[in-house]
Amino acid sequence: MRFLLPLLFIGLSLNAFAIGVDQKRLPDPVMEARAQHIMKELRCLVCQNQSIIDSDAELAGDLRAIVREQVAMGKNHEQIIEFMTSRYGDCILFDPPFKASNALLWLGPLFLLLIGGFLVFRTIRQSANSTKADPLSAEEEKRLKQIIEDRG
Amino acid sequence: MQFKRFLPLFIFAGLFVVFIIGLTLNPREIPSAMINKPVPEFSLPPLKGDGVGLSNADLQDSENIIIINFFASWCGPCRVEHPSLEILGKMDGVKLFGIAYKDLPRNSISFLKSLGNPYAKVGTDLKGRTAIDWGVTGTPETFFIKNGIIRYQHIGPIYESQIAEKIAPIIKELKGETGS
Repeated sequence: MRFLLPLLFIGLSLNAFAIGVDQKRLPDPVMEARAQHIMKELRCLVCQNQSIIDSDAELAGDLRAIVREQVAMGKNHEQIIEFMTSRYGDCILFDPPFKASNALLWLGPLFLLLIGGFLVFRTIRQSANSTKADPLSAEEEKRLKQIIEDRG
Repeated sequence: MQFKRFLPLFIFAGLFVVFIIGLTLNPREIPSAMINKPVPEFSLPPLKGDGVGLSNADLQDSENIIIINFFASWCGPCRVEHPSLEILGKMDGVKLFGIAYKDLPRNSISFLKSLGNPYAKVGTDLKGRTAIDWGVTGTPETFFIKNGIIRYQHIGPIYESQIAEKIAPIIKELKGETGS
């Protein structure tokens, strides 16, 4: 029993190392943080909804190694992103730049929201119109006038 | 008026069709970033012995269409694709080269021994770094090159039925181009 709890904690603490999966990290923690930041922006093209930092695919491991190498070589963020997109295209970026080729992807949701907003607006206005009361009859007009005059 | 009433149904039907088409697409087939770019520089060792098995110098060929096929003995679809490569390798005016991706040379050799070797030359990319320079995401992938420029990238196996439908017309078109 005395050993179980420490063992449990050791087991739990191992999860802390799960990120990035691999053993070979950069010795400089600042550089490693920079590398990991870039890895989070890159899509694993094998498991496409994971970033390369989350993916256990071999290709993702290779790309992580390349990111670390290039960070260690002193390449900046743009240079590393350019290295990746020149090979794999904008597909590898979770946040692709706005271009004519992906304008529909960027503007599509806004467009749909506008259409939906217009439809909601129109429906509300229509239902507001339909609940409007009928105009007053001649007799009711007379009574209304009477009441206003009495108060005045 | 009648049409307006059914408008939501039409919109739904339209989206339904779009999503059904989307589901049948292969997510591995990412739009290639390598088209119309010169081949990357590389120099790979051969399957046996020392020296250079395949390098970008081999791809500077003004007379033939060059096909580069990334394969591995451990890759199932590569076996499926193999008969197609035999056909492509025998075509006139076509040179087929292979790059063994993350595959031990002795495994590649026994793979090619048992199935036949369609490649004029083979380079071994043990670490997979050359594949990354080519924008390869996995095996098999095949590139079609003319005058040192990548013109078409085929992701996944080339099925025999695709040769007549797709691959042969591409090769014919590339051959037909004159000038640079």
